[in-house]
Amino acid sequence: MHKTPLLDQLESGPYPSFVTDLKRLAATKPQVDDLLGQLERSYKEKITHWKHGGIVGVLGYGSGIIGRYSDLPDEFPGLEHFHTMRINHPSAWFYTSQAIRELCDIWDQYGSGILNMHGATGDLIFLGTTTDNLEPCFQALTHKGWDIGGSGSAMRSPSCCVGPARCEWAMYDTLEACYELTQHFQFDLHRPSYPYKYKLKFSGCPNDCVAAVARADQSMIGVWRDDIKIDQSAVQAYAGGELKPRAGATPYDKLDIKADVVDLCPTGCMSWDGKKLTIDNKNCNHCMHCINLMPQALKPGSERGVTILIGSHAPILEGAQMSWVIVPFMEFEPPYDELKELTEKIIEWWAENGKNRERIGELILRLGMRNFLEAVELPPVPQSVWRPRANPFFFWKQADFDAEAAGRKYYTTK
Amino acid sequence: MAEAERITDIGPPHYSKFLPPIIKENYGKWVSHEILEPGVLKHVAESGAELYSVRVASPRIITTIRAREICDVADKFCDGYLRFTSRHNFELLVTDKAKLAPLKEELAKRGWPIGGTGHSLTNIVHTQGWIHCHTPAIDASGIVKSVMDDLFEYFGTHQLPAQVRISLACCLNMCGAVHCSDIAICGVHRTPPKVMHDKLRHLCEIPTTIASCPTGAIRPHPDKTLKSVIVNEERCMYCGNCYTMCPAMPCFDPEKGGVALLVGGKVSNAKSPPMFSRLAVPWIPNNPPRWPEVVSTIRKILIKYAEGANKYERVAEWIERIGWEKFFEVCDIPFTFQHIDDYKFQAYDTYRTSMHFKF
Repeated sequence: MHKTPLLDQLESGPYPSFVTDLKRLAATKPQVDDLLGQLERSYKEKITHWKHGGIVGVLGYGSGIIGRYSDLPDEFPGLEHFHTMRINHPSAWFYTSQAIRELCDIWDQYGSGILNMHGATGDLIFLGTTTDNLEPCFQALTHKGWDIGGSGSAMRSPSCCVGPARCEWAMYDTLEACYELTQHFQFDLHRPSYPYKYKLKFSGCPNDCVAAVARADQSMIGVWRDDIKIDQSAVQAYAGGELKPRAGATPYDKLDIKADVVDLCPTGCMSWDGKKLTIDNKNCNHCMHCINLMPQALKPGSERGVTILIGSHAPILEGAQMSWVIVPFMEFEPPYDELKELTEKIIEWWAENGKNRERIGELILRLGMRNFLEAVELPPVPQSVWRPRANPFFFWKQADFDAEAAGRKYYTTK
Repeated sequence: MAEAERITDIGPPHYSKFLPPIIKENYGKWVSHEILEPGVLKHVAESGAELYSVRVASPRIITTIRAREICDVADKFCDGYLRFTSRHNFELLVTDKAKLAPLKEELAKRGWPIGGTGHSLTNIVHTQGWIHCHTPAIDASGIVKSVMDDLFEYFGTHQLPAQVRISLACCLNMCGAVHCSDIAICGVHRTPPKVMHDKLRHLCEIPTTIASCPTGAIRPHPDKTLKSVIVNEERCMYCGNCYTMCPAMPCFDPEKGGVALLVGGKVSNAKSPPMFSRLAVPWIPNNPPRWPEVVSTIRKILIKYAEGANKYERVAEWIERIGWEKFFEVCDIPFTFQHIDDYKFQAYDTYRTSMHFKF
């Protein structure tokens, strides 16, 4: 066993230690011992010892495997190849112990036995195997009903929040939508043919538990557009302190409905006279704050659907972007054909116009939102901007003059 | 295996295979929830059915040994049903309330902490770091462990003004997409790439290498026989994107690389819209195995937030209310040229154009 005096210092303390866990596996898996040895070197030298990836994969796929090689293979022979396999996770990361055991059996046989539960995009990660093991491991997986996920310039494994499986705020079936779209884009997920990565994330409500607005090229966030349902007696129970704010998960004993709810409402659309809570729903921007604080008294409305937003990604390259609203409300039921069609149109425009490694959000900035909206046949709507432009430098197209001549307004497509 | 039929493109298994009966029966029919104590959620359905979820800390990187142990616990108390969260924790799904207390005992015995709900500091979303990445400036798992150990009291309690989400990305590529976190820990390089001319022509395509630079700092080498590139070092902000395209351009430096902290991001829409995290500390030394300077700076920011924020205020909302100039004062963090944005289109809307500021 390699000596790891620096890593050993990460075995103390109350939070679960990955070092302690890896050491147990290192007792039977020499490559894990080598991994700890190399990591110790990195801790000492403050530099990584992984080489730039290489192109490895399974037959017929161009994605799902990340090649990884140590730059110290003589010292740590178990790490000469140590590739990652991304396993497409089930919607909302539900498992049975039987399923996890099956996956563990496969990974103990064909790889290092190290997992990430889960990777940044959502996949279950098998961390560390050799090139020879990739194809047999993949076949063992598919014979048990599992497949590998996306990587590179491809559709990435979509992910979703817990949704209607366990949350009363799910405005649509995030699990089914995620599954349906994943299946629909299987070919594109496994065969990189896009300018760059494309991520889909499904959050059931504006609390956005999977960070769709920040981490998905195309974000689907649940929304309602009618009235918040109020149970006035439960509101009284919050006011009286029988019900605790935010389902009990705060340091505060009692909700002050005026100070904590009404005065913090971002649109000022609520009032409270000490007996009755009133909401001017026409002016509600469905931020979820009041519902979060009083889950037993307030529920989202019944006219439910999804908002589609586009373009978010981390700062590489043009600076971080958050997704922009392009469709404020879409009715959203299986098999989600409208979303599939829209997604295909978006990808087609991007594939045609995008430069190598240009995300959809960057392309829209480069070519203009109007070009994008026209290409995917979406009308301009005020919900898509915070505020209109402050300069007079706008373009006119022949289509605008045609609309004008036909007696139509510019701001509609009809 | 060779004779067996080759199966491809089946996608993930349908989630319904993994849902416990109580969820199948009450799918889409949950009416409310309570958080009984930190880490323990109770969901109630229209039918009156009750589901208890116990949220357990996990370091994200786990072995099959640990995964099987988790399965043993799930078998013993949850009929084998469990799930993972978007922040790498796992949740044991209990139908029988009587099993809740013995489950908690079992978890305590194993030293598996429960928490991460409501007004707590939940698990740190993070990346691979030195354990498996080729571009990191810093480690990931070791810093996460060090920060969570230090702030452990906030994981299993609801004592903060609102939830606090810390995330870590081990380089500027940010595969962890930490840019909308209450506190983001980001590994930063501070050295321009060193061009390995003898290797570059064998490993890299020159046009894509040049195109990879967001600031246009890379040009063809004037000596055409070299078939290489040169870097205008003054224009380099060390993003490492050229290295991603061309392995002959490493930009690592053990002493100059380090940690930047960005604060005040959020993704939820509650009260205020989603916000980006913004630079608080441009550089902290990369100091394994426990990163004491990173840990103490995060603690300082968290404590000042906890003291200064109003009820239900996220870090971003607290800072926007008091003003960034007060944030730097309260947290005793120096304001530097690095804090003033000069990168592309986002820069200009950060320059103040009003008399609304404080001294």
